[in-house]
Amino acid sequence: MKHVLKIFSLLLVISALWIGLLQASIMPQSHTWLLPIYFIVSLGCYGLLMVGVGLMRFPTCPQEALLLQQDIAEAKGFLKQSGVDVGCK
Amino acid sequence: MEQKNKYSIIVPTYNERLNIALIVYLIFKHLRSRDVDFEIIVVDDGSPDGTQEVVKQLQKLYGEDHILLRPRPKKLGLGTAYIHGLKHASGNFVVIMDADLSHHPKYLPSFIKKQLETGASIVTGTRYSKGGGVHGWNLMRKLTSRGANVLAQTLLWPGVSDLTGSFRLYRKSVLEDVISSCVSKGYVFQMEMIVRASREGYHIEEVPITFVDRVFGSSKLGGSEIVEYLKGLVYLLVTT
Repeated sequence: MKHVLKIFSLLLVISALWIGLLQASIMPQSHTWLLPIYFIVSLGCYGLLMVGVGLMRFPTCPQEALLLQQDIAEAKGFLKQSGVDVGCK
Repeated sequence: MEQKNKYSIIVPTYNERLNIALIVYLIFKHLRSRDVDFEIIVVDDGSPDGTQEVVKQLQKLYGEDHILLRPRPKKLGLGTAYIHGLKHASGNFVVIMDADLSHHPKYLPSFIKKQLETGASIVTGTRYSKGGGVHGWNLMRKLTSRGANVLAQTLLWPGVSDLTGSFRLYRKSVLEDVISSCVSKGYVFQMEMIVRASREGYHIEEVPITFVDRVFGSSKLGGSEIVEYLKGLVYLLVTT
């Protein structure tokens, strides 16, 4: 099944649940009407939270830059000796 | 039946006269000692800086059976560069990687090992897992990357943590299959490849890699790239 159809059916199920809640009157009507708004806002907040947490825990590797410079120096040394043009950049 | 594996490493280049030599040296350094059968396919898009001359010197040094130069007349795009390289690949596995040293060949053994252990069809490098990482990105760049990733995960449920990464090992037949149905350009192309592969049910594994941004030169991420990304997401949402 195409992915967009999966999302569509998920939304359909959620909408059906919401309409069901409206009909059944388990909770006060005024609250039920606002549920979709709450849902969207929570989704947005969750997204922002994920971005924030991910940003804080973003893996960095400063030591890799150093290792890379060492590798480059080693490579340049070998290649120069072997007659490959490594120029000066 | 014991089948010896051969790895064809496709490296598309444009004006990488210095980096290509360094990358070739490092690939040999990390694979030769491990008794791995491999070849490097350099797909150069008519670089004016003499990249092809340097490749020819490398061929003299390392042998023409290990370094294949398969150039094209001009810049024709990444996707077609892979397709072009694939035509000349004699291995049963294909590795794609960038020539600018943001992808370090020292991870090649871990890609190979992961594939052998799990029998996966695709092993993709992830910069966002434990053991992986990025260096050379400022806060804004990290924010964009993280935001883009969260958006893509929410919309696409791709099953991989790093969608735009382009350091990957593919079983050759799988790459041929997936690449034929991809139409995007640039990094959206990388996303399309992995999402389509995921939808097809191919076994995909990840290995953490470190990514050191552009040692020589500079990479750009501006407004137009962001728009392109969003368009790519919607396209993938609707067509995969």
